Amino acid sequence: MGRITLENVTKRFGDVEVIPPLNLDIEDGEFVVFVGPSGCGKSTLLRLIAGLEDTSGGQILIDGNDATDTPPARRGLAMVFQSYALYPHMSVRKNIAFPMRMANVDQAEQDRRIAAAAAALNLTDYLDRRPGQLSGGQRQRVAIGRAIVREPAAFLFDEPLSNLDAALRVGMRLEISELHQRLKTTMIYVTHDQVEAMTMADKIVVLRAGHIEQVGSPMDLYRTPRNLFVAGFIGSPKMNLITGPAAADHDATTIGVRPEHIKVSATEGTWKGRIGVSEHLGSDTFFYIEDTGLSETITVRAGGEIDLHHGDTVWLTPDPTKIHRFDAQGDRIA
Amino acid sequence: MATRQTASLARLMRAPAIILLLIWMIVPLGMTLYYSFLNYNLLNPTGTSWAGWFNYQYFYSDPAFFDAIWNTLALVLGVLTITVVGGIAIALLIDKPIFGQGIVRILVISPFFVMPPVAALIWKNMIMHPSYGVFADIARFFGAQPVDWFAQFPLTSIIIIVAWQWLPFATLILLTALQSLDGEQMEAAEMDGAGSLSRFIHLTLPHMARAITVVILIQTIFLLGIYAEILVTTNGGPGNASTNLTYLIYRAARLNFDIGGAAAGGIIAVILANIVAVFLMRAVGKNLD
Ligand SMILES: Nc1ncnc2c1ncn2[C@@H]1O[C@H](COP(=O)(O)OP(=O)(O)OP(=O)(O)O)[C@@H](O)[C@H]1O
Ligand SMILES: [Mg+2]
Repeated sequence: MGRITLENVTKRFGDVEVIPPLNLDIEDGEFVVFVGPSGCGKSTLLRLIAGLEDTSGGQILIDGNDATDTPPARRGLAMVFQSYALYPHMSVRKNIAFPMRMANVDQAEQDRRIAAAAAALNLTDYLDRRPGQLSGGQRQRVAIGRAIVREPAAFLFDEPLSNLDAALRVGMRLEISELHQRLKTTMIYVTHDQVEAMTMADKIVVLRAGHIEQVGSPMDLYRTPRNLFVAGFIGSPKMNLITGPAAADHDATTIGVRPEHIKVSATEGTWKGRIGVSEHLGSDTFFYIEDTGLSETITVRAGGEIDLHHGDTVWLTPDPTKIHRFDAQGDRIA
Repeated sequence: MATRQTASLARLMRAPAIILLLIWMIVPLGMTLYYSFLNYNLLNPTGTSWAGWFNYQYFYSDPAFFDAIWNTLALVLGVLTITVVGGIAIALLIDKPIFGQGIVRILVISPFFVMPPVAALIWKNMIMHPSYGVFADIARFFGAQPVDWFAQFPLTSIIIIVAWQWLPFATLILLTALQSLDGEQMEAAEMDGAGSLSRFIHLTLPHMARAITVVILIQTIFLLGIYAEILVTTNGGPGNASTNLTYLIYRAARLNFDIGGAAAGGIIAVILANIVAVFLMRAVGKNLD
């Protein structure tokens, strides 16, 4: 079981309130991703849940029991750190065995769990190496292995893939998702990578300055961002946020249209502009359209084979059903 | 890693320093070796003659010789034990953020700046003196008979003094090692259920192994040659109870003016130092890889 509830959890470092009172429910078996800009308190929140930081106020409930003052070891949570935090002088096997040794698990059971974790994480050939002799991806897998063998109530990940190169990141992302599907254990995952958040999460928590801006499934956040911050944060490339007369036409202070919801045409459309930079990715093409008379450069996503280039004059038509409207406070207009 | 080209260049650049060091080492060693085979007494310099192995036999048959070797080893081991254990303890303490940390650290380091004879005199006259030393005051306060440290426990007293002097060095080296310990590793271990003792044994100690090795090796070099502290406190006595090899050589050279005998003792000391070095490198040297 791994149901985690935060009730008015607050964290202050000296006079600075990093996390103002915050409420959050994490259901058993859920994959929750914390996203937000750098310094918004994602790691702090994770460390509060782990027990590595003391709360300044509020309660943390794990499976309904107050765990606010429980030491980290007895919360039954396992954490995977960004720096992996492997024990450098111990072999991979000893690293993975460490939490079980500390819990006095008997040797046969230890061996069984190590073998199972190693097989699941492709580490069987490396069990007798030291962490220093492993690649980044392998180290990350050892860190995950060390977490798995504890059979925790929930896994906490703090940007576990940010030290890996792009290709490896995709692979590890899949592995962690598979792991979640197999173990069905609660996972809380901190990242500032869009794609990781969208692809892995059951539920995304968008944070800004320690404050929850919105909680919801990836598609909820994508379809109905509650405010400008979430609208701008979720989705890649970023949503076009347009102010001025074009927004006033829709009775809003700001309107938002995602690049994929704008049609490009060489002949007709709502807004006329000129292609500035064009990025041809093969599968997609991104155009940055200038001189539209709108408040900013418009990003547009078009098909990969489209035959338009830098300097061409084009017409843009936003999909009228996919226009997001925001008021002067930046909140969504229903 | 150096490429082959830079390696040979590096060898060339290193050569002058190494050759100089070699000469610096070989010449005195050679002269000592030469003198150790002579009958050469400063009281009778004209009677200098070839002695063969006599000086060695003489030194070896001196009843003080085995006492001195034993005392040398006891001194080195005793001081090493106290400084390494104490150094780890103090380093752990002053690594914690405390009020006035800067001052505390300077205070901890300060014994190292006191010259050995001065330190020994302070201990002899102000701390361990049987009638007006601090220890005697403490003993009397508790109604006990003051201990005459240098008469009753001469070697132990010297070990205490030398350990006091070397504790700051050990602390300093061990503290820097402690500070380079990764905080996330500690937190990971905390989450893995390791208590503070387990964390110390499984993480802190292995992390400090290299620093401990450095402390042991460097201190051993200096501790084999301890001499000033003995000279100003016990003069090697009572009997030979606090005479180490260095002091024995001093006695041969400066009290008996026997250059040949002293040189033989010097050579024996060099051999002993090398034996100790071999053992040490076997025991702890692998930590330096
Ligand atoms: N020990 C500390 N003392 C004082 N302030 C701290 C401490 N730890 C974190 N902070 C502050 O708390 C805020 C949140 O930090 P946190 O590490 O949680 O950010 P984050 O969202 O994880 O950022 P990133 O994405 O860069 O990792 C930051 O403004 C940081 O300066
Ligand atoms: Mg962080």
